[in-house]
Amino acid sequence: MIPLSGDLGDTKGIVKEKIGSFNTQRGTSTLKRGFAHMLKNGVVMDVTTVEQAQIAEDAGAVAVMVLDKLPADVRKAGGVARTASIRIIQEIMDSVTIPVMAKCRIGHVYEAMVLQEANVDMIDESEVLTPADETHHIWKWDFTTPFVNGARNLGEALRRIEEGAAMIRTKGEPGTGNVAEAVIHIKNVNNELRRIKSIYEAGDEQDLISVARELKVSYSVVEETASLGRLPVVNFAAGGISTPVDAAYLMTLGCDGIFVGSGVFKSEDAKERAQAIVLATTFWEDPDKVKEAQKMIDERQSMLGLDTKDLELRMQERGSTA
Amino acid sequence: MTGLNIGILAVQGDVAENIMATKMSLEELGINGTVNEIKTPEQIADLDGLIIPGGESTVIGTLSLVNGSLKKIKERIANGMPVFGICAGLILLSKKAKDRVIGEMDQPLLDFLDIKIERNAFGRQRDSFESEIPMEKIGIPKFHGVFIRAPSIIEAGKDVEILSKFNEKIIAVKQGNIIGTSFHPELTGDLSLHKYFVNLVQKKN
Repeated sequence: MIPLSGDLGDTKGIVKEKIGSFNTQRGTSTLKRGFAHMLKNGVVMDVTTVEQAQIAEDAGAVAVMVLDKLPADVRKAGGVARTASIRIIQEIMDSVTIPVMAKCRIGHVYEAMVLQEANVDMIDESEVLTPADETHHIWKWDFTTPFVNGARNLGEALRRIEEGAAMIRTKGEPGTGNVAEAVIHIKNVNNELRRIKSIYEAGDEQDLISVARELKVSYSVVEETASLGRLPVVNFAAGGISTPVDAAYLMTLGCDGIFVGSGVFKSEDAKERAQAIVLATTFWEDPDKVKEAQKMIDERQSMLGLDTKDLELRMQERGSTA
Repeated sequence: MTGLNIGILAVQGDVAENIMATKMSLEELGINGTVNEIKTPEQIADLDGLIIPGGESTVIGTLSLVNGSLKKIKERIANGMPVFGICAGLILLSKKAKDRVIGEMDQPLLDFLDIKIERNAFGRQRDSFESEIPMEKIGIPKFHGVFIRAPSIIEAGKDVEILSKFNEKIIAVKQGNIIGTSFHPELTGDLSLHKYFVNLVQKKN
């Protein structure tokens, strides 16, 4: 049984139909969140071409995320970053058996509707693309296809879950090759979870209500999350992961899995690196195996990386106050 | 003997839910035993029963091959250890798999269940569905089936018992001590399939 905290029940995204002699339902929270549970302990890789998607699948990626440009190139190119070409998304869906995800702009309801029609397995409402609406995220309960959203802290995560997100990825700073921000944000979330859990265990309802007000979410979702002591949906780490040890380190902080953006395909040894990051994520509890994974890559071929203090564009801040 | 030792293959996928469902089953049945995440060949050697959970079959297969677990699991199943394969686990137990769109697959399989699998048989995630399904053959009149990018069984050999069908598609089978479902009992609150498996392990020991 998986937690369904925050579930609104009968929403627009749920489709009821009779198939043969069976009554069926699609788009329920069990199916959307359940899909994310199947990805646990896995690596989702950003790809821009069929060739990269096949390298990712062969390396043991649990899913691929299709973008028009890798986050590092989005950063370099500037301008407006939008969802990937539908034609390329479909070519990738026809060439790999693992799930295919794609990103849409924050708040861009119609970009998401088109991705749903294209039949992607999950939609990422992502700060890597230029937001279409900074104040309103997509009301994801209207969709049958599940969504993943980024979050820097517990409040953001729970607000996205109340909008219908079936999975969370703690944000890093995309396209930097620098894991520092991802580390900060997963620790933020963990600290806040510990705090509300202790309030819950102390039975202090008054304090829990003030937490709900502070985080701008309903009391019931705070209470259920506090009783679980973890987010009620699957939570992956993302942003700046470039090496096997980056991935293994984030797994030790309690993430359910890893998103790798530019880290693989902006390196000079993508094939080996993709495999090595998968191995390190699977066997993160065994330092000797992670060492073997780390040996598969060459640091001279890692993407250069950026110090996040010098950035003009901080993607992580997009949509975070809403 | 200190009770049953049941393992959940913890390479990738929804391991925690299966641990919880199996523990609750042991408790409700009043059977003494432990349930653990297992990853290594050494851990597999000590098991009385194994659940291969849902996840991505290509990932679980490839990574179990890397550390020698796949070989050990094969050896144990050949010696009669009960095993329960769910979704990706069902695919791994089969002799042959193809994908609905991509066609024939060349992925590591355990090669036990005499069935041919069609992966993603019901479509992509938007077509994932829930439905009440019958499993009378093993004494479960109605089960809440959660199908996520689920496979189906397109050919079954003569030793394979068909436990359930969704319209014309085979979705649950049994062959000796091996059971496999294309849906996810661990995502629901219904323990009857996990209990059935625990009883199978109990009988064998």
